[in-house]
Amino acid sequence: MSALLRVEDLRVRFRTMGPLKALATGTNAPFLDAVCGVSFEISKGETLALVGESGSGKSTIARTIIGLQRALSGSISFDGQEIEELTGAERKPYLRRMAMMFQDPIGSLSPRLTVRSLLTEPFRIHGLKERDAGVEAARLLRLVGLPADFARRYPHQLSGGQARRVGIARALALEPDLIIADEPTAGLDVSVQGEVLNLLARLQDELGMAILIITHNLNVVRHMTDRMAIMYLGRFIELGSTEHIFDQPRHPYTEALLAANPEPDPDAVFNRIELKGEVPSPMRRPSGCEFHTRCRYAQDICSRVFPESSTSPDDPEHSFRCHFPLAREVISGFGRPHHTLVGTK
Amino acid sequence: MTHDDPTPPPSSSRPLLEICDLNLDFGTPRGRIHALRNVSLDVPAAQVVGIVGESGSGKSTLAYTVMGLLAENADVTAGSILFEGRDLLTMTAQGRRSLLGDRLSMIFQDPMTALNPVRTIESQMIDIQHHEQGSRSEKRARAVDMLHRVGIPDPKNRLGAYPHQFSGGMRQRVCIAMALLVKPALLVADEPTTALDATLEVQIIHLLKDLQKEIGCSILFVSHHLGAVAELCDRVAVMYAGEVVEQGAVRDIFRNPAHPYTRALLECDPGRIRKSTRTLPTIPGEVPSLLGAKVGCIFRTRCQHAFDRCVQENPVEYRIGVDQVARCHLLGQERLVSA
Repeated sequence: MSALLRVEDLRVRFRTMGPLKALATGTNAPFLDAVCGVSFEISKGETLALVGESGSGKSTIARTIIGLQRALSGSISFDGQEIEELTGAERKPYLRRMAMMFQDPIGSLSPRLTVRSLLTEPFRIHGLKERDAGVEAARLLRLVGLPADFARRYPHQLSGGQARRVGIARALALEPDLIIADEPTAGLDVSVQGEVLNLLARLQDELGMAILIITHNLNVVRHMTDRMAIMYLGRFIELGSTEHIFDQPRHPYTEALLAANPEPDPDAVFNRIELKGEVPSPMRRPSGCEFHTRCRYAQDICSRVFPESSTSPDDPEHSFRCHFPLAREVISGFGRPHHTLVGTK
Repeated sequence: MTHDDPTPPPSSSRPLLEICDLNLDFGTPRGRIHALRNVSLDVPAAQVVGIVGESGSGKSTLAYTVMGLLAENADVTAGSILFEGRDLLTMTAQGRRSLLGDRLSMIFQDPMTALNPVRTIESQMIDIQHHEQGSRSEKRARAVDMLHRVGIPDPKNRLGAYPHQFSGGMRQRVCIAMALLVKPALLVADEPTTALDATLEVQIIHLLKDLQKEIGCSILFVSHHLGAVAELCDRVAVMYAGEVVEQGAVRDIFRNPAHPYTRALLECDPGRIRKSTRTLPTIPGEVPSLLGAKVGCIFRTRCQHAFDRCVQENPVEYRIGVDQVARCHLLGQERLVSA
C-alpha cells in the first residue's frame, strides 16, 4: 500500500504573547510548541487513531493537515505532492480530496442554513455547478440513513446523533480519499455512538477512504482502527498497530491510559494505574523524558536524557519513546496484561 | 472543617431521599412533554446511587427537580420528594433555599461554566459557606483545607486565582471542593466527569469515593458512562424516556439485568466487548416523543421481546431477587411488588 498522507517532522508553534509583552516580561521564547516533530503515514483505506488527553496536540495536527493552521516546519504530502507550502487556489484541489468532521456536531453546522444547503455547500465551493443540489442532498441523506425530508430542517431541529450524521454526510459529499474525524463520538450515548461508528465503518468499506480518528475514547480506537498513535505534550510517544498496543503497550503512559478506562463491571479487578497530577504545561516542558513527572517507573536518567524513538524487536512498525519500555510477564484477569519493568539500558 | 469529626451516617433505616411516584411535565407550545413518569427512587444514607440512561431520558431533569433548579415551564403534576422526612415539593421557596448549600449541594456537568469567571475562587468558596458560623478567616482556612484535600497543589496561593487560571480537571476539583465544603447530607452530581479526559475521570471518581466515605454523605450520581457508574455506585437506577425501568444494587444490575433496555444498554457499551469488532451493537429505533399521554410500555417500539400486553398496559414494578425491581411484562410470572 502506498502512503496517501505522509507527515514528516511536523512542528506547530503558537505565539503566547505579543512581542511587546515578551519584551516587558523578559520572556525569551513567547511560544508554545503544540506539535513537536511528529511523523506518520496513512495508507489508502486505512484507519489511524490519534489518542491523547486534551491539549496533547491531536486537533492541532488535524487542523494543520487541512490547512486551518500553518506549520512551523516539516512536511505534509498528500498522494505524493507536498501541500504544506500551498495556499489558496493551489491547495484547493487537494482539499477537495480531504474532508473534516468537526468535534462539535451542532456548532460546526451554520445555524442559518438548512441541511440541504449545508450538504451541497461543498459542491458550490468547488465549483461543481452541474450537480443537482436536491438530488445530491437526498443521496447523501440516504447514505447516512436519514429521511429525505431532513433536507428542510435547520441544525437546531437535529439531535446530537442526527447532527453528527449530517456532519458525516457533508464530509462525504465530494467522495474524499481521507476523512479526518475529530472526536466523532464526543457527547453521544453508547447506542448512538455505536450507530455512528458502524456507519463510518460501513462507508469506509463501501467507498474505501482512509480515516484519521482523533479521540480519547479507547473503546472506539480498539474496535475501529488499524493503527494508533498516542500523543503526550505534542509528541508521539508510541505508534503501532492497535492490536499490538492494546496487547502489549510499551510506554508507561499508554499503559496508564489503557488502564484508566473504567470497566462497566462492578467486580472488575484490575491493577488500575492512577497517574499523579496533570499533564504539564507545554510552556514548561519537563527536562529529559517529558512524562517522567508522572511516571511510576521513572529513574534518574529519565529526568536528564530525552529518550530517542526505538522500535519493538518483534514488530519494527511499533515505535515508542521510553528508556525503560514495558515488557509482558503474564496474562491474567480480564484480558488485561500485567506488566513488569525490563530495563534495556 | 478540620476541627470536628465527619458527620456519622444517620442510624435510622429510613432513606435520606425518597422520591415517590414523581410526575413532571414541561409545558411547550406543541403540548405537554411528560418528562418524568411515575419515578420512584430511594437514596439511602451514606450510599452512592447512580442514574444511567441516554440523553433525553430525564436523568438530569430528576437531579434538577431534587435541587429545585427546574425551568419555569416545568410542572410537577404528582408525587413527592421526601428529604430527611420533609417534602421538598410542598416546602416554601425560602425553606428550600435554606437547604441548598447546607444539607444539599450539587456538582454540575461543565466545570468550565459552573464557576463565576469574574470572581476569585476564594470569594466563591467563602460565599458558599454562608450558612456556616465563623469569621472570614476561618472560612478561608476551611477553603484552603478542602482545596488541599481535593488535590490542588499549593492551595494557599491558588485561592486568589480566577477560574480561567485553572485547567478543566482542576476546575472540576474546585467545584467538588465547593460542593463538599458545606458537608452536605446529599450531593447531587450531574455528569461530573463527562467533560474530562479518561485519566482525569478516574482521578475524579476516586476522589468522590474517598470524600464520600470521609464525610459520610450520600451521592446521587447522574451519568451515561456505565464504567464510571459501575466503579462508584452502590445502587443504580436505569432511566428510559422519563421512566425508571429498572433499579437495584449495582452488582445485580450489571450482572443480571432484567429489563430488555438495561440489557441492550449494557450490550452497546464497547467497553464490554472483549474482542475487536468492526460492527458495534446498537439499539435500533429512536426514543419515542414524550408529547401526549402514553399507554403501554414505553420501550416496546424498540424491544425485540414486545408482545400484545406491552401495547395495552403500563408494566408495574416486578421484584427480582432481593433488591432489584424492573418494569417489564416479561417478568409477569414473578411476584408483584405493587399492583
